[in-house]
Amino acid sequence: MMLQRRWVSKTHRKFVVSDSERCIGCRICEQVCSALKVGGFNPLLSCIRTVRIEPAFNISMACRLCEDPTCVKSCPRNALSKDEKTGIIKLDEAKCNGCKWCIETCEFGAIALNPVKKTIIVCDLCNGDPKCLSYCPTEALSLKTPEEISQTTRKKTIMPLVSRISE
Amino acid sequence: MYGYSGRMLIVNLTSKKTKTKAIPEVFCRKYIGGNGFGISFLYEHQKPGIDPLSPDNVLVFAVGPFCGTVIPTNAKYVVQAKSPLTGFLGKSIGSSFWSWAFRRAGYDALLIKGRAKKPTYLFIDDDIIEFRDAEELWGRDCCETDKIIRDTIGDDNVRVAAIGSAGENLVRFASIVSDHHHEDDGRTGMGAVMGSKQLKAVAVRGTKTVEVAKLDELLDLCKEYYQRIIRGSTSTVMKDLGTIGTGIEYLSNYATPIRNFQSTDASKESTHISEDIRNISTEWMQEQYVHKSIACAGCPIGCDHIDFIRAGPYKGVAYKMEYQGMYALGTNCGIWYLPAIVKAGQLCDGLGIDVISTGVVIAWAMECFEKGILTLKDTGGINLSFGNHEALMEVIPKIAHREGLGDILAEGVKRASEKIGKGSDKIAMHSKGLEFPGFDVRGLKATALSFAVSTRGADHMSAAVFGPEIRGRINRFRFEKGHNEFVVEKENNLTLYNLLMICRFSGDLWMNFYSDLAHLYALVTGIPLTTEELRTVGERVWNMEKAYNIREGWTRKDDSLPPRVFNDPIPDGDAKGSHLTREEFGLMLDDYYTARGWTRDGMPTKRKLIELGLNDVAKEMGV
Repeated sequence: MMLQRRWVSKTHRKFVVSDSERCIGCRICEQVCSALKVGGFNPLLSCIRTVRIEPAFNISMACRLCEDPTCVKSCPRNALSKDEKTGIIKLDEAKCNGCKWCIETCEFGAIALNPVKKTIIVCDLCNGDPKCLSYCPTEALSLKTPEEISQTTRKKTIMPLVSRISE
Repeated sequence: MYGYSGRMLIVNLTSKKTKTKAIPEVFCRKYIGGNGFGISFLYEHQKPGIDPLSPDNVLVFAVGPFCGTVIPTNAKYVVQAKSPLTGFLGKSIGSSFWSWAFRRAGYDALLIKGRAKKPTYLFIDDDIIEFRDAEELWGRDCCETDKIIRDTIGDDNVRVAAIGSAGENLVRFASIVSDHHHEDDGRTGMGAVMGSKQLKAVAVRGTKTVEVAKLDELLDLCKEYYQRIIRGSTSTVMKDLGTIGTGIEYLSNYATPIRNFQSTDASKESTHISEDIRNISTEWMQEQYVHKSIACAGCPIGCDHIDFIRAGPYKGVAYKMEYQGMYALGTNCGIWYLPAIVKAGQLCDGLGIDVISTGVVIAWAMECFEKGILTLKDTGGINLSFGNHEALMEVIPKIAHREGLGDILAEGVKRASEKIGKGSDKIAMHSKGLEFPGFDVRGLKATALSFAVSTRGADHMSAAVFGPEIRGRINRFRFEKGHNEFVVEKENNLTLYNLLMICRFSGDLWMNFYSDLAHLYALVTGIPLTTEELRTVGERVWNMEKAYNIREGWTRKDDSLPPRVFNDPIPDGDAKGSHLTREEFGLMLDDYYTARGWTRDGMPTKRKLIELGLNDVAKEMGV
């Protein structure tokens, strides 16, 4: 019983997802994120990063709130931890010495180095209301739970079949 | 100083010396940025009467005060030098992540002087400037060059503006391509100037943070702007279909030139196949091709549309499609087959040649071929008939490599027609040597005037009055009272876009153009400018460009249109019979110069120059 409840609560953890079909690669999310986090525009200091693959593939990536985060496991100074309630990766700035090991281990390249503070930067979901979402001009970004993502995917696959049947 | 880096970088390729120079606030207020900085530096650092392809030419790159922020469409940058194509002001505007990287490296402008002893590329790594060997890159196309440089340095944050074979071979309308193939500086041959300096590319990495005066207010305002722009009428068309979305209007209203300005009636053309560009609509594009839009840096619209060609001889090509490309490499060459036009556009960008000039010079050659002025012997056996897209694919690389007929075409349509003779200058479509964009000005008379008087030659971006004309806001077939002032107003207006270095497609944003921009300018820079001051800057820079051209020998007869505009009325369609007479055109020029406050010879008066704060220019001009 206990196990089941824990599982359900975890599926309700939302994270920033990006729809590559909608993303036009403008990098406005990076600009906005850095402005809010460091007070100026600098994509290198953004928690969300855009990948542009020529000629036309674009996607933005931020921390995916891994269930068993490699960044936390790899930190030799225990500076990183996972917030049990929200799933957000927390940084203890006093412990972080900027060794960059977590940057190396994160499969999604979602961690960056803040060259001024010499510590790492990772998405904190802006206290549950990520600002990048509200600026995205194509609504490519959204805050979703894994269940919401798979729902959308299921519908997307099924809808064409439904219209085929009704024809 | 907020909004500006407050300094420029001066690079001498001959001596391999670099230095930075401060740009004071008073200068920023006077010229705003971008084009204003460019023309001012060119005027100051370049001697008059130099050969554009000699080491004496100065190549300027400049960005604007909004660059690298969140203001919609802020990623434009300008490249300026004396043009090898026109002999007057060369100016070309691109839009890419290059400008953001350059701004973050801590500069507002880059001046390149001299000539490298061997092929070189410049790597600006924040404050470290390296002259790197480019022997390996010489001969490679723009996209390859971009990729190799990024891979060599090992960082995708490095942004590259490069030339292709065309620039290396001094093709007079060679372009500079930045960010892979995304956006380029096409017009007036700035790529040839780079080639003449043996400069293959300018790579930039910028890691500094761009700071603005009022960050929170700017963020709030821009959030509102994004919502407004994605719902705007123009930007919706741009978002759905890109510039070809607006292009349909010109094609269906008999204003898109066909077969080197011999027709405007698309329905008369015979070749009907499924991939015919006359079918263009959002639905049709989605159905025929995988059709995706991509954006320039910081642009919420995303007007670039990439089509993946799935079948036929150009299967596998994935490239962008734009109205000017559709006209120049398509309709104007009698080609209606979309995959061929997409492929030709890709060839042009890879080789680094301007799409418009390339299309116009080839269409001219096609008409010469049709009329027997050029024969199979001249073309090296290529059947240069209108509509032959295979010939187009053969000729484009020949231009870039200056092989056979390509060597003559590489000179631009003005010089090529002078060389070939036999009356071919009567069908050469250019003004001041710059080839015509896709508007048949015989039926768009205010546009005709703007093409003639523009400082860089036949230029559709100087006033862009074709929109109001085609939509009937002003009479397109008659140059009426007030059209002169309308053109002047639009020129000043568009000049301001090029000083702030934002895109013209942001037009939907502005409720009150000058005061909205003054407000944004204050939020970014902290410098309060009145709307009147902003209005004056556009006019000041336009007069400065004019003064530059005058210093290069401009006279009234250079504000000209090609003979076809006067001699051959539009032969078909709804615009049939429309043309200009020389008398009418003379009066239009008089009207325009009057509206500008210039003399009848088109010279800025001392009074006008002093009114605009250009006292030293007035002094140098001796007025």
